[in-house]
Amino acid sequence: MTALEFTVVVWFLSAGAGFLGALTGLGGGVVVVPALTLALGVDIKYAIGASLVSVIATSSGAAAAYVREGYSNIRIGMFLEIATTVGAVAGAFLAGRVSTHALAIVFGLVLIHAALTSLFHHADSGAHVASDALARRLRFGGSYPAGGKREQYGVRNVPAGFGLMFGAGALSGLLGIGSGAVKVLAMDRAMRIPFKVSTTTSNFMIGVTAAASAGLYLSRGYIDPRVAMPVMLGVLVGALLGTRVLVRAQVKTLRVVFGVVILALAIEMIVNGITGRI
Amino acid sequence: MDDKRLETIIGKLLRAGVLFSALVVAAGGVLYLVLNHAARVSFRTFAAGGPQMRTVSGILQSAAHLRSEGLMQAGLVLLILTPVARVVMAIAGFALEGDRLYAVVSFIVLVILAFSLLHAV
Repeated sequence: MTALEFTVVVWFLSAGAGFLGALTGLGGGVVVVPALTLALGVDIKYAIGASLVSVIATSSGAAAAYVREGYSNIRIGMFLEIATTVGAVAGAFLAGRVSTHALAIVFGLVLIHAALTSLFHHADSGAHVASDALARRLRFGGSYPAGGKREQYGVRNVPAGFGLMFGAGALSGLLGIGSGAVKVLAMDRAMRIPFKVSTTTSNFMIGVTAAASAGLYLSRGYIDPRVAMPVMLGVLVGALLGTRVLVRAQVKTLRVVFGVVILALAIEMIVNGITGRI
Repeated sequence: MDDKRLETIIGKLLRAGVLFSALVVAAGGVLYLVLNHAARVSFRTFAAGGPQMRTVSGILQSAAHLRSEGLMQAGLVLLILTPVARVVMAIAGFALEGDRLYAVVSFIVLVILAFSLLHAV
């Protein structure tokens, strides 16, 4: 393959990944890594390096649009980033030392669970909870725009969410993904934060999480500009398009898209874990 | 609410940072394709590049000599720094609001980021 052909193919793959990533709050990384390794035979280390960069582009590029819409909650995001960044550093250290087969399989199982609950969980939004004591002290509660007025919501189970966020960060650092699925799981399921607030806050957090392992990736040579350039530019365009669709999309539609995407990724992760590709 | 204003400023900063880094990456990319478009490439086996692609000083030097790979990598380093700038802005914003708890929370995040990024200096 010539440099021009490689660049063009990777750009289009990445644009598609960025679109899906922004739409679901997953980040582009989980689609970019299998696309590069399986479709183009790129070494996994280059793939996760480029993916990590794309994850930052998705998050930072889309966050500007989300902030304007008023969905993301900066206090929740910043507080939980303590857990995700520590996790990411730990994950990035581990990436250089241990085999990731077992973790890929475990992560795949977690994703299957998230996908199934996403697909078959119908009773959603509207039923907001009141904040518990810790969430009140951290001033986590907030509101988001819904049908011309502000919808109030509370937050619960902060320690459980914090623990899950450490895991999300570790997976991010280990596999070069944004691990938006686990972040959304922590906020939407554990902390009872409304889905749209969870996905947009997750997208907002993903960039900071990824930056926490990027220094280690860069120093190891995982980030090759010839691979990362088309990935980053493609993902950026796709993510900006995906963000426009998200703001207009229904929560129910989002859940189905979210469920199907993470189910496919779960199978991908498990197969790759068993065959030793990841 | 003051939070909304803070978030808007941070959002705009992020967008500007991403667009600027994308421009640098794209400029390096155009140069790279003009010079190497017909070259055979394969990324099947991993080989860590030299310090000119793995340390910030090496990358900046390579970019200053207008080498295409150095320019692309410099743009990517800028991109990596956008979330760091977002955390710095959040510290300043929370401090201006008199929100000490969240200024400290943001500072802790910055320290963790610095720990990782110092590996590539």
